Amino acid sequence: MKGLKGITLFCVVMLLLMSAANTFAQTYKVAVSQIVEHPALDATRQGLLDGLKAKGFEDGKNLEFTYQTAQGNPAIAVQIAKQFVGEKPDVLVGIATPTAQALAASTRTIPVIFTAVTDPLSAKLVKNLTHPEGNVTGLSDLSPVAQHFDLMQELVPDLKVIGVVYNPGEANAVSQIELLKKSAKAKNIQIVEATALKSSDVQGAARIIASKVQVMYALVDNTIATAIDALVGVANQAKIPVVGGSTSFVASGAVAALGFDYYQVGVQTADYVEAVLQGKKISEIPVSFAKGSDLFLNLKAAEALGISLPDAMVKRATNLKK
Amino acid sequence: MSLFAFLGTLEIGLIYGLVALGVYLTFRILDFPDLTVDGSFPMGGAVAATAIVAGINPWLATILATLAGSCCGLITAFLAVRCGILHLLASILTMIAAFSINIRIMGRPNMALLGEPTIFTPFESLGFNQLHVHLGIVFLLVLLSAVFIIRLLSSDFGLGLRATGVNDRMVAAQGGNIGFYTYFGLALSNGFVGFAGALFAQSNSFADVTSGVGTIVVGLAAVILGQTLLSSSKIWVSVVAVIVGSILYRLAVAFALSSGMFGMQASDLNLITAVLVAIALVIPKMKAKLRVKSLRF
Repeated sequence: MKGLKGITLFCVVMLLLMSAANTFAQTYKVAVSQIVEHPALDATRQGLLDGLKAKGFEDGKNLEFTYQTAQGNPAIAVQIAKQFVGEKPDVLVGIATPTAQALAASTRTIPVIFTAVTDPLSAKLVKNLTHPEGNVTGLSDLSPVAQHFDLMQELVPDLKVIGVVYNPGEANAVSQIELLKKSAKAKNIQIVEATALKSSDVQGAARIIASKVQVMYALVDNTIATAIDALVGVANQAKIPVVGGSTSFVASGAVAALGFDYYQVGVQTADYVEAVLQGKKISEIPVSFAKGSDLFLNLKAAEALGISLPDAMVKRATNLKK
Repeated sequence: MSLFAFLGTLEIGLIYGLVALGVYLTFRILDFPDLTVDGSFPMGGAVAATAIVAGINPWLATILATLAGSCCGLITAFLAVRCGILHLLASILTMIAAFSINIRIMGRPNMALLGEPTIFTPFESLGFNQLHVHLGIVFLLVLLSAVFIIRLLSSDFGLGLRATGVNDRMVAAQGGNIGFYTYFGLALSNGFVGFAGALFAQSNSFADVTSGVGTIVVGLAAVILGQTLLSSSKIWVSVVAVIVGSILYRLAVAFALSSGMFGMQASDLNLITAVLVAIALVIPKMKAKLRVKSLRF
């Protein structure tokens, strides 16, 4: 019992010292846990860092920005969460579903901000979107699937069959597939699916369905994002366009993409972190959906496939790759 | 490392200690390289999460998860013993099939348990610290499992099980049923792994199909690490060793996570973990060599 008392006393003293240091220097600690490294999620993190800087929280000055990646392994995500919670930061940020869940499960007191989570309700991060009841709130990146559908119809006027390759193991991808099927049913269009469990499976899966479809839809899926070049390569061989849910896909040769710039998602996440650092209660910070869908078009890719992009679409585009 | 991180690491180490027990049973005792664990671990989580969300008592859900893990082991044993498929391939087949089945069980790839009752909640609601409750219950369950394994392996039946791994012809000649021992061993091993998956899901409030990736690697690392550091022919030492090995592996990951100050970046994690484990494995051998040298001079 004596030892326990000693430890408790030590902890209390350390805590007091740490909080004292905090009030003197006013350094805010933000800890970010990311499930895996790929361009979209990395852009989110960079956007968060830059967004915080724009608000006057600069890493190395009045901000301590720690970051870890679980390298795709949920067990590591859990360990990162324990590590972070033990360091008692002011705000925890979880990028993507499993990391956000691991953080939320590890603390009931430290504010947790999630970002790049498609469906926070079914992930049980919050029960109420407008008034989060616990210590968790954040930003959803629900992809505008219905708009993607319209875009594909505009691009391929007599659209009957859409091909999709996705990872059935990713919660984000499955939510999008469900939305896509709903839109397709209403418009009597057939969806041909192929699943890829790893990025190395994407090429093979795409080959199987490429000849049967008129357009290949690349939804926002970590596996597809990693192997987007393979998907575009197969589509080019089959002479069908790729339409994507992430604007970063256009640089890899997708004909059109409508989605968030994940860097902007990160910048919008910074608003949440700022609000918490300024002492706002989590219950007063509603969950919101990422804003600003940009339309990116790749004229070169369209030309190579012999597709003439409708003028209206080209006028709407926020970015043209020639 | 903070106390919170240390206790959290201990908890994950103990949960994966159950995986290590399972791997020890197949790789070491039965001499059956079994990769089914990559599928039975997430299956335990999937079954427990689905059952709990459906309103089933968390303890019952945990038992169901353990049984589901055992079923995976039985399927691998069936493919290997009855169908004559090479054991490694048989276990790979079960492992990849389990991925699809896990998505079927949950109806989606990730199922959350935040706010749902778990085996931990009755104790949490008594006002104890969440982390202490988790660690305490996990420790008790791992202790019970370890005692069970030690008792089992020390029995006459356990002798047959161990003999199957060492010299199966001798067992057959003595009238023992090798097929039965294989079925039993794999079911028991994967039962432990499914049990671990159920504890992991309930402790961390989510079950995810991708959580199985690399389970076998962690389990094997724990077995080899533990047995290198605590080598003995005594069964109870071996069993304790694999659990200790699992905790050490998690400590290595935790140290790798806090190595930011040495100019390491986040993506170096796996490399650092590998180096730490390699060092832990080499040190005892170096020590032994040094001892031999000093004896010679």
